[in-house]
Parts: sequence; C-alpha cells; structure tokens
Amino acid sequence: MAVSTDLELVDRLRAGDEQAFAELVERYQARLVGLARQFVSNPEAAQDAVQDTWLAVLRGVDRFEGRAPLRAWLFQVCVNRARSHAAKERRLVPVGSGEPAVDPARFGPDARWATPPQHWVELADDRLEAAAAMDRVRAAIERLPQSQQLVVTLRDVEGLTSQEVCEVLSVSEANQRVLLHRGRSAVRRALGDRLGR
Amino acid sequence: MRGFGRNRALTCREVVELVTDYMEGALSAKQSARFEQHLAFCDPCIEYLGQIRTTVALVQQLAPAPVDQEIKDKLLELYRTWQQPPP
Repeated sequence: MAVSTDLELVDRLRAGDEQAFAELVERYQARLVGLARQFVSNPEAAQDAVQDTWLAVLRGVDRFEGRAPLRAWLFQVCVNRARSHAAKERRLVPVGSGEPAVDPARFGPDARWATPPQHWVELADDRLEAAAAMDRVRAAIERLPQSQQLVVTLRDVEGLTSQEVCEVLSVSEANQRVLLHRGRSAVRRALGDRLGR
Repeated sequence: MRGFGRNRALTCREVVELVTDYMEGALSAKQSARFEQHLAFCDPCIEYLGQIRTTVALVQQLAPAPVDQEIKDKLLELYRTWQQPPP
C-alpha cells in the first residue's frame, strides 16, 4: 500500500476519516513529544502539550491552507503549547558565545590546519560502521544545548526550511544560522571521534 | 562577516566558522568568492566541508521512535470524543 502524503491525510481528516488521524499520530506523535520535551521538564507535561496540539489540529484542520508543510504547522502549534505549559519554567536559551566549531589546538599560529581533517570512511560500504555512526549522531544531538538541538532537529531531521524554523521557534534568520552552525559542528566533532578527526 | 578582515585571504580557522553561512547561501557574493578562493587552494578545508556535508546527511537519516499503542489508543479516544456532536 502506498504511503499517504500529509496533504492526503489532511484531506481525509477533514472528511472525518479516523484512520487518517491514526496515521498522523503514528507519523508525528514521537517527534512532537521530543520537541515538547525541549520546553518542559517532565514527560507528562510534554504529553499534555502534544495532546493539546492534536486538539488544535482537529479544531484547525479546516483552516489549514497547506502553504507551508503540515509538519511546520504541527511543530509551531506544539512549540506554542509546550511554551505555555512551561509557563516560564524554562525559556529558549539565548545564542550565547558558544565554543569554536573546531578545537583551536588543531590550528597553527598562522590559523592554518596543524592537524588537518581526515578523510572519513565510506559508510555506504559498511553497515556496522554506519549503525555505530548513527548512534553517535543521535547521542550527540541529545547532548546539544536546547536551542541548538531544536534547530538541528527541525532543519536536518525534519527537513524544514530555515524560514519555517524561524517561524516555528520565533528566532531571527541570523540566530537560526548560528545555532545550526554550532549544532552541526558539535555533531561533526562527535562523529570525528569515530570516523576520523 | 563577523570581524573577518576584508581584503586578505581567509584562514582555515575562519573558513570552518563560515561553513554554515556558505552552505546556507548567507554570504554576500564577495564573501562567497573569498570562501571559494580559499577552498581552491586548501585540500584540508575541502575535506572539512565534506565532513560537515556527511554529518548533515547522517542527521537527515535519523528515524523517529515508534509510538506506544497505549498512547495511540488514548489519542483515538480523543478523536472520537471530538467527532461526537455536542449534546
């Protein structure tokens, strides 16, 4: 059976198709909970925020115009709900000064590479190595500061555009880029421990 | 371009901090040209850009975890309540 697109599911949901709702839940529940967890400290509050999100989806599905992808809308609703659940408990941390993308000790006094990057092994040829690399990626993302984790997840895992991420998180394009840069750089460093510095 | 000298060639250390701006198309034409000029003569920085691209490609492959049946049931219950016309 062909996998339905989000827009097809939205159309069926509008027509009152329960199965379409079940498929959307299957597709997005875990991702929404992961997102909500960035804002609230306990798992129950995250579940509540996501339940509110689904309610908002049911209420708002008739008005959804499909100009942005469904997931951008879902994530935005979820972030808003999670933020109000957090009720000032935690806020999106500011960009801050952050650490350099690469350990400064790897550059000489002329700011050129002293220990240059190595060529990473080809993961396509090695399924075990690829699985280990994916574990590293997952762990590295979990260790990122909240705001970087949000941006890397929304941009690279969920595939939103930079503009969509800015709208979902209410951050400027420049901030979004800085957070993406720090986040990706940190994940690269974690992978470098395994695949070559 | 955050305090990087305007006319001299970029250093490797500057290049690694500009990688994301470059990939995002956020550099001006002039800045972008300086970035590419550096890459043209610096194999290690090309390798670094390759590592970042591989990193992004791996992150893009992360799959979300499956959902508990219990939670699915609870949400379907929510849906059915929602579907019912008000009394």
